[in-house]
Amino acid sequence: MISRRTMLSASMLAVALALGGMSTTGAKAEDCSITLGAAVSLTGKYSTNGKHTKNGYDLALKVINGKGGVKVGGKTCKLAIKYYDDESTPARAAALAERLIKQDGVKFMLGPYSSGLTKAIAPVTEKHKVPMVEANGASRSLFTKGYKYLFAVLSTSEQYLKSAIELAAENADKMGKKPNELTIAMAIENDPFSQDIRAGVMEDAKRFGMKIVIDDKLPKELNDMSATLTKVKALKPDILVVSGHAKGAATAVRQVAEMRVDVPMMAMTHCDSAQIIKKFGKDAEYTLCASQWAPTLKYSDSYFGSAMDFAKLFEKTYGYAPPYQAAESAAAVLVFKDAFERAGTLDPQKVRDALAATDMMTFYGRIKFDETGKNIAKPMVLYQVLQGKYVVVAPSKWAEAKAVIPRPKWSERK
Amino acid sequence: MQNLQLLLQAPVFNIQLLLDGMFIGAVFALAAFGMALVWGVMNIINVSQGEFVMLGGFITLMVVQAGLSPLLGIPVAAVVLFVLGWALYRGIIWRIVEADMFTSLLATFGVSIMLQQLMNEIFGADVRTVESGLGIWFLFDGMVTVTQIKVLAFVLSFVIGLALWLFLKTARLGQAIRATAQNARAARILGIDTDRVYAATYAINAALCGAAGALVVMAWSIHPYMGLPYTLRSFMIVIVAGLGNLAAVISAGLGLGVAEQFAGFILGAEFQLAFVFLLLVAVLVARQVMLARKRQYLK
Repeated sequence: MISRRTMLSASMLAVALALGGMSTTGAKAEDCSITLGAAVSLTGKYSTNGKHTKNGYDLALKVINGKGGVKVGGKTCKLAIKYYDDESTPARAAALAERLIKQDGVKFMLGPYSSGLTKAIAPVTEKHKVPMVEANGASRSLFTKGYKYLFAVLSTSEQYLKSAIELAAENADKMGKKPNELTIAMAIENDPFSQDIRAGVMEDAKRFGMKIVIDDKLPKELNDMSATLTKVKALKPDILVVSGHAKGAATAVRQVAEMRVDVPMMAMTHCDSAQIIKKFGKDAEYTLCASQWAPTLKYSDSYFGSAMDFAKLFEKTYGYAPPYQAAESAAAVLVFKDAFERAGTLDPQKVRDALAATDMMTFYGRIKFDETGKNIAKPMVLYQVLQGKYVVVAPSKWAEAKAVIPRPKWSERK
Repeated sequence: MQNLQLLLQAPVFNIQLLLDGMFIGAVFALAAFGMALVWGVMNIINVSQGEFVMLGGFITLMVVQAGLSPLLGIPVAAVVLFVLGWALYRGIIWRIVEADMFTSLLATFGVSIMLQQLMNEIFGADVRTVESGLGIWFLFDGMVTVTQIKVLAFVLSFVIGLALWLFLKTARLGQAIRATAQNARAARILGIDTDRVYAATYAINAALCGAAGALVVMAWSIHPYMGLPYTLRSFMIVIVAGLGNLAAVISAGLGLGVAEQFAGFILGAEFQLAFVFLLLVAVLVARQVMLARKRQYLK
């Protein structure tokens, strides 16, 4: 009994000493610290992507602090992030943002995962004049409300499949048609984000004079697209566009193969989060996928090095290849660091102005915000699944290979 | 209207829609068998029906991850769900059998949320599929495709329906279940252990859903939040078919599946589920009118 008690007190003493030691050495090594606040989804339906977001933030934090931290007006500051779990619900996210700002005294925010949650948090950060750099809210509607403190490093949703339509126009002759003779079938989920993507496709189709023959809005509960695909079989469009998060991508790839739907081009979003190559192998071949970022792009910066270096470091740290959600999240932290250093102060207003003037190159691409706060400098890229790998095929400046258009008919595949 | 013309011009697509509708409808019917049983015997509308289907899918996923044949997932899911159903009855459901419907709705709703979050915690929110390893048949020069797993789902639904009917008609426990459904108090007086009957009924329901889930993950896809549409479809089928008639359940299920596919084709995918509810309202109104006429005769 006595020995146990002594052991207990000894260990408590040790812990106290360790804590005390840590705080004193900490104070010596750094002049200040900057805490960024973030509500991310660690549970609930966005938990997978919430994890990618957090890992991206954490890796950038580690790299920046490892290289000496942030230099703000002669002082060297360490970055830290205070996380809360928003449980994938908008109301919770908004309440947590309020708590981070009011109770925890956070002056700078990083975004949550998904447009819906960003939409819930943005009014809160706006009210308290707290700058927020977000990496995972792509909905166009976020940037039409006149927010002054919201900055997004990613391309907005209406651009997602723009390059796919452009690619179709470029390759119209290979399908034996003129660009304005091409027909498009759309199967796009019925949520605000996906409908933004649809709006982008419609705009581009109009620009090229293409005709939309199918315009199905998939309910989010649906895990079966066979009625829509039967229609595709009957109407034989040149381009099939699918967007419905990971579920839409997985369902489309699987059922297009099962039903032997022959269409010269199939373009979709969320291929990598649906892991179509790993899950469907050969059936995923020739699918065109929109992506914010790819490890093979020739972007680079002085923190992570090239896009490929980032991918390698990420895989070494977390044991899986980084999806673009992780890459853009890491880039958001870099943007904050850059803005702190240019502002030379931690005054939120000055940092906000510095953020607005951001124009930097990162491993994730160039970042420059327009007056609404969205990144206008980075294009979306388009992959094609070729021999079991994602290969960048558009835009032509970054393309590694030429897109295979039209995709071979199912009867001609081996 | 354009789409309707398309169906008239190329009738072969009708066959595709009809087949797809019947295959998916058979799986709906499988889950609806259980709901009709629980509703009829215990007077409980089991809101966690769709979650049992989802669990069946995840169990099949585990079977595959353990390196076994995915088809083995069907019996394994049924057995595991049977045990789980029994445990849920012993833990929660027995308290609400005699309670009013509002209490039982809330309790089973709670169970459904718990199962959703549990699966989300364990497997993550991703969409999962399992390759059945079965092939595809091509009919009419490749214009109509039929995946063999869907055919298996269809056949299995009939077989299970038939087995359930035989069980209720001839087996001792089946007879006890029917007796309890007719009059629980009388059954108790005559020496039937109604508590055990309820447990068995609830467990059989869960097992049916588990088998349906195994088929869903192989033929379509699953994720932790997929349950509600399956619960609603079961509910709709039972409303249309009534509680005591398995043949009606299966035909209502098939009809619902086919109606969904045609609605999806003609009106667009956004109306596929909306059409189901429209149909539900129409059926309820029609029934009301018919009943009212019958009552007038009686007067």
